[in-house]
Amino acid sequence: MSANIKNKNVWVFIETEYGKEKKVGFELLKPGREIADAVNQDLVAIVFGKDVKNVATKAIAYGADKVILVDNPIFERYSTDAVTDTLMDLINKYNPDTILIGATINGRDFGPRVACRLKTGLTADCTSISYNEETGNVKWTRPAFGGNLMADIECPNNRPQMGTVRPGVYKLPLLKEDKKGEIIEEECNISESNIRTKIIETIKEVTENINLEEAEIIVSGGRGLGKAENFSYIRDLAKVLGGAVGSSRAAVDSGWIPHAHQVGQTGKTVAPKVYIACGISGAIQHLAGMSGSDTIIAINKDKNAPIFEVAHYGIVGDLFEVIPEFIKEIEKYKNS
Amino acid sequence: MNILVCIKQVPDTTEIKINPETNTLMREGVPSIVNTFDSYALELGVRLKEEHGGKVTVMSMGPEQAKAALKECLSVGADEAYLLSDRAFGGSDTLATSFILANFAKQLENEEGKFDLILCGKQAIDGDTGQVGPEMAEHLGIAQVTYATDIKAEGDKTLVKRENDQGYDWIEVLSPAVITVTKSDFEPRYATLKSKIAANKAEIHVLNSKSINIDVEKCGLKGSPTKVKKSYTPKKENNGIIIKEETASASVQTLMRLIADKKVI
Repeated sequence: MSANIKNKNVWVFIETEYGKEKKVGFELLKPGREIADAVNQDLVAIVFGKDVKNVATKAIAYGADKVILVDNPIFERYSTDAVTDTLMDLINKYNPDTILIGATINGRDFGPRVACRLKTGLTADCTSISYNEETGNVKWTRPAFGGNLMADIECPNNRPQMGTVRPGVYKLPLLKEDKKGEIIEEECNISESNIRTKIIETIKEVTENINLEEAEIIVSGGRGLGKAENFSYIRDLAKVLGGAVGSSRAAVDSGWIPHAHQVGQTGKTVAPKVYIACGISGAIQHLAGMSGSDTIIAINKDKNAPIFEVAHYGIVGDLFEVIPEFIKEIEKYKNS
Repeated sequence: MNILVCIKQVPDTTEIKINPETNTLMREGVPSIVNTFDSYALELGVRLKEEHGGKVTVMSMGPEQAKAALKECLSVGADEAYLLSDRAFGGSDTLATSFILANFAKQLENEEGKFDLILCGKQAIDGDTGQVGPEMAEHLGIAQVTYATDIKAEGDKTLVKRENDQGYDWIEVLSPAVITVTKSDFEPRYATLKSKIAANKAEIHVLNSKSINIDVEKCGLKGSPTKVKKSYTPKKENNGIIIKEETASASVQTLMRLIADKKVI
């Protein structure tokens, strides 16, 4: 599909699972709003899910002018084919100019599938997006080489222009409960037999029941913990802060904690308000997964550890002494 | 099982340093390796072959020197290796790359028979896009599962263990399918001296745009809808505050004072 005057409006895909939205969808309404305003077009939220009318209403309150809602049990869990085929139907009907998708595991699964069917450009895993007035395109900014290199990318000749954007790089827009907007309900024309994958078993590994990518505070432990039992230090600190537990690759490779907790290039990319790295040296692969955090606090014995190069606050010291003191002080602070 | 594994030769990004004067990547002397996730994909492919019989073919796109990466694959269980090498392929974005690879995969089936599975790494550690696998699946019109950590074949069923936010799903997928693999419990095996010598002697089939008869308008920069406007090394802010008091308790108190001022917690 080439650049065409008939392509109009900025779409933000709001991913849901079990009827609940992923936060990144609402986050993207913020840059989506800015781009839509710059080109004087509508910001449209696309909501697929099971029993998700409330998500559609919320998308309006977060700034969408319109919502296209496909409420169908087929979307209770994710499948590549159901999302791709349904989204393609909508794109062919409405011809959007721009599509923003959260760079979640699922967003990065169907995004390329849809872009390829449209023969258009998709920029992966962006950390910043803006409208380039000179060219009239969205400027997609993304890291490569494990965070060592940044690139600005545009898609000049094809529409829709598409990108996946990392969770956490944009803060939620202001919620305006009384804001009005139109909700357009569309049918899902996919039958189960068109879906070539089937989830047959789901294994939950994150015991703390907090999604790392959604957490506002993350406490991560690394090799410096020495053994699995010592993750109790991390859990205790996370608990007093109401945060989630993360880890470095070294701790996962040592079998101290399941992979679902891993932050970094081979794990999750996170950008919480506060990231506390304990006993993590800060290999570039780990930094690639957490350097977008608002505030980074590092605790490490080695004053030369690379983690201190990205930390806003660093304590050089023994984490087994520092963490208990830290917990004590936080409790004191909370009670003050 | 007849398995095709797509691999990419990449610079070892863990070894990349930034030139502090020019603020550019220093690529000289950085070793080239088989993309980490591709090695995990190959390992899963070879394990499936060992369990169920069949063949593992590897293919790559890149300069002539990528032969070395393919030889490495032959030394750890791959049976046949193909390299697509042409200047016309240079500068391809993910859409163009997947177009070339999918086209060639289809042609390869004349030589190697129908593939049951096409395995890729979840992403290359240089480009970090993770888009070539799904886009290949789309070009080929077959199913896909991404972020896989294990694959099992049971009768005519293919079961894939896929990461999700909270752990894993086991997913049954219709074959043929493209499966992109992330780090798994199955560490890539090491080559033996004997397998290395054999791989060194083996022939790598090298093909170009003419020999695969591909529309070059859809390859390289011409075939790429995305254009890189600018690339640069990120600004390193280093105005962090390092605290090292006499005791842990004193350090924590200093930290608390600083973060309380800024309302961090």
